[in-house]
Amino acid sequence: MSESRRTWQDTILPWTTCVAMLAALFMVFVLVPSERDQGIVQRIFYFHVNLAWMAFGGFLLVSCASFWFLRTGSRRADRLAHANAEVGMLYTTLVLVTGPIWARPIWGVWWTWDPRLTMTVVLWAIYASYLMLRRLGGEDDTILRYAAVLGIVGSLDIPLLILAVRLWRGVHPAVMLAKDEDAGLKDPLMGWTLMVSAIALGLLFTWLVSLRARLLEVDEHVAAIHLEGVRT
Amino acid sequence: MWTIVRKDLAIELRTGEMASSMFLLALLMVLIFAFTLEPERLAGPEFLAGLSWTTLLVAGTLALNRSFVLEREAGGLTGLALAPIDRGSIYLGKAIGNFLLLLVAGVVLLPLIAILLGTRGLAPTMVLPLVLLLGVVGIAAIGTLCAAIASRTRAREVLLPILMFPLLAPLLIGATRATAGALVGESAGELQSWLLMLAGFDIVFATSGWLSFDYILEE
Repeated sequence: MSESRRTWQDTILPWTTCVAMLAALFMVFVLVPSERDQGIVQRIFYFHVNLAWMAFGGFLLVSCASFWFLRTGSRRADRLAHANAEVGMLYTTLVLVTGPIWARPIWGVWWTWDPRLTMTVVLWAIYASYLMLRRLGGEDDTILRYAAVLGIVGSLDIPLLILAVRLWRGVHPAVMLAKDEDAGLKDPLMGWTLMVSAIALGLLFTWLVSLRARLLEVDEHVAAIHLEGVRT
Repeated sequence: MWTIVRKDLAIELRTGEMASSMFLLALLMVLIFAFTLEPERLAGPEFLAGLSWTTLLVAGTLALNRSFVLEREAGGLTGLALAPIDRGSIYLGKAIGNFLLLLVAGVVLLPLIAILLGTRGLAPTMVLPLVLLLGVVGIAAIGTLCAAIASRTRAREVLLPILMFPLLAPLLIGATRATAGALVGESAGELQSWLLMLAGFDIVFATSGWLSFDYILEE
C-alpha cells in the first residue's frame, strides 16, 4: 500500500465539492426566486430531487460493482459496492428527511403512501438489510459473495417494486400536486439551480465513496497485519 | 434435484415438526390479531387478504429458517455441495421443498382465517388458488436464497426476515391486492396486471436464485 499517495481524490475532489456546494447553496437560498404557489419551502426540492436520483443511482452502482466482484473476485469492486451502499443509504435517509419537511406545509401531512414515497422507503430498507448483512455476516470472505448476490438481487427488485407501487397507488391518486419538474421550468434560473446542486451532490457522493472505499481498504490491511501478528 | 425434495419431504412427513409449529404459530397470530385489532372490524376481503399473507409470511419464515439450519447442523450442505450435481439444482430442490410446505400452509390457513374472522360478503373465484400459487412461489424463491445466505452468517435466524422482507415488498403488495380482488369475485381479466406482476416476480427471482447459488455454496 502506498502510504502518502496524493491523488485527485485528495486534492481536486474536496475543493471542487466545496466550491460546487457553496455555489449550490448560494443559488438555492439567495439567487433563485421562490416558487409562486409553494413559497420558500419549495427550495428544499433542489436538494431533495437530486438526492433521490442519486440514491437510486447508487443502488445501480452497488449492483454493477457486485457483479464485477462476482466475476473477477476483485477486492476493489467489493469495497466499491460497500462504500456505495453506505453513501446511498445516507442519501436515501436524507431524501426521507427532506421530503416530510416539504410535505408538511404543502400536503398537510408528514407522510403519505404515494408511489415515490413508498418506493423510497423500501429502497431504504433494502440498503439497510444489505449493510446489516455486511455487519452481522461474520469475518470470513464468504460474506463478501453473499453481499454481492444480495446487491444484485436487490437491484432486480427495484423495477418490480416500481411496477407494484404504481399499480397499487396509481389507481387511487393520493395527494399529488404540481410536481417540482413543472415548477422548475417556469424560471430558467430554477433549472440551473437544480443542475448546480446536482453537480454539488454528485461530487459529494463521489468524494464520500472514495473516502469510505479507502478507509475499508485500510481496515483490510489492519486486519491482515493483525492476523500476521497473531500468527507469529 | 428431486432427491433433495424427496429427502426434505420425508423428514417433514416423518417428524411433522415444521408443519405443526407453523400451524400453531399461525393460529396464535390470528388470535393476536383478533385480540389487538377487534375481530368485528377485521371482517372483509382487504383485512382477510392482508392478515392471511402476514400470517403466511411469518409462519413461512419459521420454516425457511429451519430448512438450512437442519442441513447445517447435520453437515448436509457440505455433502450436497460436494455431490456431483449442479448447484442450481440444490437451490431448486430446496426451493421446491419450501414451496410445497408453504403451499400446504396457505391452503390450510386461508379458509381457517376466513372462518375465524368472518366470511360475510365473500365470493371467492377460481383465481384465488392461482394467486396463492404465484405468491407462495415468490416467497419460496426469495426465501430459499435469503435463508441460505442467513444460515451461514453469525446472526442466522435474525438475519433472514431482515433480508427477506424488503425484497418481498412488491410481492406482498401484489399478492394481497390480488387476493382481496379474488375474494370478492373479480375475474382473472380484472386482476390481470397483478397476476402478470406476480408471475414476473416469480420468474425473475427463481432464475436469479438458481443462477447465483453457485456463489452461495462455493467454499
